[in-house]
Amino acid sequence: MSLNRNLNRRFVERDRQWHPAAYTPGYKTSVPRSPSQALVSLQTPSVSELTGPEFRRLRMGPHDNDLLLNFRDADSPGLPVGERVIMFGRVVDQFGKPVPQTLVEMWQANAGGRYRHKKDSYLAPLDPNFGGVGRCLTDDDGWYHFRTIKPGPYPWPNGINTWRPAHIHVSVMGPAISTRLITQMYFEGDPLIPICPIVQTLKDEEAVGTMIGRLDMARSRPMDALAYRFDLVVRGELQTYFENQ
Amino acid sequence: MQQPNLTPTANLMLRETASQTAGPYVHIGLALAVAGLPERDEEIWNELAKDNAEGERIEVAGRVIDGNGDLVRDALLEAWQADANGDYQTAFDLKAPFNSFGRTATTAEGNSEWRFVTVKPGAIARPDGRTMAPHINLTIFARGVNLHLQTRLYFDDEQKANAGCPVLGAIESPARRQTLIARREEGGEGGLPRYRLDIVLQGEGETVFFDF
Repeated sequence: MSLNRNLNRRFVERDRQWHPAAYTPGYKTSVPRSPSQALVSLQTPSVSELTGPEFRRLRMGPHDNDLLLNFRDADSPGLPVGERVIMFGRVVDQFGKPVPQTLVEMWQANAGGRYRHKKDSYLAPLDPNFGGVGRCLTDDDGWYHFRTIKPGPYPWPNGINTWRPAHIHVSVMGPAISTRLITQMYFEGDPLIPICPIVQTLKDEEAVGTMIGRLDMARSRPMDALAYRFDLVVRGELQTYFENQ
Repeated sequence: MQQPNLTPTANLMLRETASQTAGPYVHIGLALAVAGLPERDEEIWNELAKDNAEGERIEVAGRVIDGNGDLVRDALLEAWQADANGDYQTAFDLKAPFNSFGRTATTAEGNSEWRFVTVKPGAIARPDGRTMAPHINLTIFARGVNLHLQTRLYFDDEQKANAGCPVLGAIESPARRQTLIARREEGGEGGLPRYRLDIVLQGEGETVFFDF
């Protein structure tokens, strides 16, 4: 049995009114998958919640963050179809402190709105040069970069005619399992955003704004790719200076 | 133009980026083989302990069940646990005999069980002098789950430690504590002892989920 470490650390409480509720009937699948009992709050966070994995030793491939190059047709390799984009941003905590060397993972549909997944049977075709997965570690200042194509919107069975806005799924670990977060980046100005039942799981317009990637012309590359900036904010880390007595 | 959460609020603090469901195709990003994608050189997956890891090597497995009693076949789970001595190994390294972190998924085919191969974790002392019984922290992502669910797996052959565990004790209903206790059975893969725990998202026997 070992003694606890890292106990002078704690995290700002997660605001569960800000995040979507578990039960959001407009998004039908949430109805049977939402707990009906209250969450049990752990009043005394322990090493189990205050620590998490760090991935400096996870060996990445040279194109793990470049979706234009990381999946190629073996017979006739080429570039994927679609609008070339640079998706980038900074992972910071709620106090604005950069989160260095943390794992950021993303996945998405191709330009036609089709996922390379054995369960996706949408009419739009697979792109032989597009897989749709990326990962990287943030640098020492918390920045991450991916190169990809803009995914297409696609229909899904929720209402009779429901479409997902173009989006990229984003997963971030942060400094502990307490900061773990999965979200989706939407593209600024997409008219499908306000009518999406999954976006509508959020009650607060400002919370929706945290998921919008913004067009950044300064970082776009002339004659090459548009850039979208998407900053990720994870729970703020605090030091506890005083004993709890 | 900035995302609005980059504007400091009145209390000088940013808002957390809002959560969205991991969706039905989470495997493309976090479980490539399950999606049918080729794997990269190094992937994070469900073998936390190699056969030279210190401690009792075990399998933990179970299903995820929804409020209709149906199998949730597209869930992704993450494990975070101490090693056999009760220490968390924070530096993830696939060359190490043991890692504290792993991922697994329920599957579209068959009995849809998730599974980890690991070692039984040690107990952990808290600075207040109380001891947490051996446990595995589990995080659950799935289509229809808007913000991931957090729970713990405990072991049924640790009755004394479980009885003194302050986290189990924080669950008011003794009956609900039982939803976190995995049952030991023989005959896991490769002859490993197997602990089984079904995670029930809603309704009768609903698993206890934590906020922390």
